[in-house]
Amino acid sequence: MNTATGSRKLTIARAMAEATAQEMRQDPTVFVMGEDVGPLGGVFGNTRGLYDEFGAERIRDTPISETAFIGAAVGAASDGMRPIVELMFVDFFGVCMDAIYNMMAKNTYFSGGKVKVPMVLMTSTGGGYSDGGQHSQCLYGTFAHLPGMKVVVPSNAYDAKGLMTAAIRDDNPVVFMYHKSLQGMGWLGTEKGATVATPEEPYTVEIGKAAVVKEGRDLTLVSLGAGVHHCLRAAKALGEEGVDVEVVDLRSLVPLDRETVRASVAKTGRLIVVDEDYHSYGVSGEIIASVAEHDPACLKAAPRRVAYPDIPIPFAPTMEQWALPNADKIVDAFHQMMTQ
Amino acid sequence: MQPTNDQRLWMYRQMVTSRHLEERIETLYMEGKTPVFNMAKGPIPGEMHLSNGQEPCAVGVCAHLNAEDIVVATHRPHHIAVAKGVDLNAMVAEIFGKATGLSGGRGGHMHLFDAAVNFSCSGIIGESLGPAAGAALSRKMQGKPGVAVAFLGEGAANQGVFHEALNLAAVWKLPVVFVIEDNAWGISVAKQASTAVPRNDVRASGYNMPGVHVADNDVEGVFAAAGTAIARARDGQGPTLIEIETSRLAGHFMGDGEDYRPEGEKAGLQSRDPIPRYRQQLLEAGLLDEAADTRLVGEAHERVEAAIRFAQESDFLPPEAALETVFV
Ligand SMILES: Cc1ncc(C[n+]2csc(CCOP(=O)(O)OP(=O)(O)O)c2C)c(N)n1
Repeated sequence: MNTATGSRKLTIARAMAEATAQEMRQDPTVFVMGEDVGPLGGVFGNTRGLYDEFGAERIRDTPISETAFIGAAVGAASDGMRPIVELMFVDFFGVCMDAIYNMMAKNTYFSGGKVKVPMVLMTSTGGGYSDGGQHSQCLYGTFAHLPGMKVVVPSNAYDAKGLMTAAIRDDNPVVFMYHKSLQGMGWLGTEKGATVATPEEPYTVEIGKAAVVKEGRDLTLVSLGAGVHHCLRAAKALGEEGVDVEVVDLRSLVPLDRETVRASVAKTGRLIVVDEDYHSYGVSGEIIASVAEHDPACLKAAPRRVAYPDIPIPFAPTMEQWALPNADKIVDAFHQMMTQ
Repeated sequence: MQPTNDQRLWMYRQMVTSRHLEERIETLYMEGKTPVFNMAKGPIPGEMHLSNGQEPCAVGVCAHLNAEDIVVATHRPHHIAVAKGVDLNAMVAEIFGKATGLSGGRGGHMHLFDAAVNFSCSGIIGESLGPAAGAALSRKMQGKPGVAVAFLGEGAANQGVFHEALNLAAVWKLPVVFVIEDNAWGISVAKQASTAVPRNDVRASGYNMPGVHVADNDVEGVFAAAGTAIARARDGQGPTLIEIETSRLAGHFMGDGEDYRPEGEKAGLQSRDPIPRYRQQLLEAGLLDEAADTRLVGEAHERVEAAIRFAQESDFLPPEAALETVFV
């Protein structure tokens, strides 16, 4: 939830850069590595200004060698540094996943808790702008499925700054997944609701806590990242029909705040999960299971999901837009739920 | 190895065709994206990586290839697709996302597949090498003729798969050629800032294969190097690595501010544009006169214009077609 008091608005890109700069100023072990994070400031703007302030030693442009530099982050993190490392698009995890899920995520456990891996892996997600099937995926479920790494997905700049600060300070590896349409980069189109009041002073948003971003009594919408904004639009539309919608922004996938979801559904009795990631084996199924296995009796109707179909993401805008979740589909899902 | 006169004119024509295509795409891409540049808008949304300046790499290599030979290209594929003989209408329609496109609009500009001429590409850096090696292996195992060529950027030579694929191809003596288009930049990162060696062809010695360097974006230099390498591969003598010093005359992608380029670099590159240079060479060799050039350029342009009209006049598939062709 946006608890900011000031009125200075930031984009998520700026919020991420500000959190990073503030932590770098007070902790010399924090440094950044990735492709085009230096003078360019990151393809998605989230390291802008850092190179000018901290220089090439601490803001390191890497070769296109993800296996090596993400593996290097694991090694540096275990040796007293706090690397922030960027995988430019989450779709590229294919070339370097071993460093991520077999080392970053497991070294702490393998060492019986003796080896810490305090690093942040930031990576962009999402499509909707016709970048084709290797540059548009979300893969939230893929990362959240694998034990040993925390996973956060902010929907707005306030949460992005607080989660980034928390991630950098965390003694565990954190995957920070930011959605391209929320970055506030004009060239990607911009979700206005993501650019919100963000305090200048450092603060944290607790990893593992969801936020109820809109309260309501009739229906619970659960989502993350860009999906939260679709839900808020759907809530508004349904509100005009007299339906009082509650919207839960998960913010973290690992740990997952099942309590907040269950409390909301216990109140409303109706659940729709909205996820831009693939339909099957993902976040939407996990949320529904978390409710159903806990208290199926609280459900007044079968839960539903509005997710990306189980197909590679097509390039043609007509096909891609048809396949993506949006507010209309959420409203339709509710109507179907009520006529069941 | 010297090209024949026919080969010279063929290479020039392909370069002119490819460049005109890129220039037209550049204009069409910007439709709907002004005054505010938003990648999602216009008749060609998404990322667009233009190949202006890199045409010599494509034509010098593909001059030695037939339809049966395999080419695996990169995220910057248009010049290579043109030179490999990919159906131009279907290719342009794919770039527009239309039903008549190579894959009905499912792929887009980074995912062009034309099985008729054994062409494919991928948007993931370095991922051309494995499939090219595998196609070469397949030809060897099936006893079928044909060689495979993987194109990659100099940035991709720092990916793990570059080293794995070179070793694999060498140890199995595969009929494959690896062609590095060295345009000196990986997005905003200069080659010398990311690469431990000044020239990647020297890396071939680590994998016991010939490494060849072509300087100055020289069309006939590429032709000669590729000719030797491809003949060697056809003859069962195994792989070759070639690095070509080329130039990226456009941004990394459309919308790139290119602030990272040193002052004057772009102007310098433009003054060495390989197409006017090659044109001059052909004029001086008497292979071309002004009238013949005008005719050749006009025909190449008309081919591109026809492909663009074809794409523009085509429909999109119905949106539900997104669900089709996941499996065969
Ligand atoms: C595995 C992977 N990492 C990063 C990227 C993002 N990316 C796209 S193009 C590019 C630069 C590639 O440089 P180079 O190979 O030299 O080719 P060029 O763009 O210069 O043609 C990068 C880093 C990617 N597509 N895939």
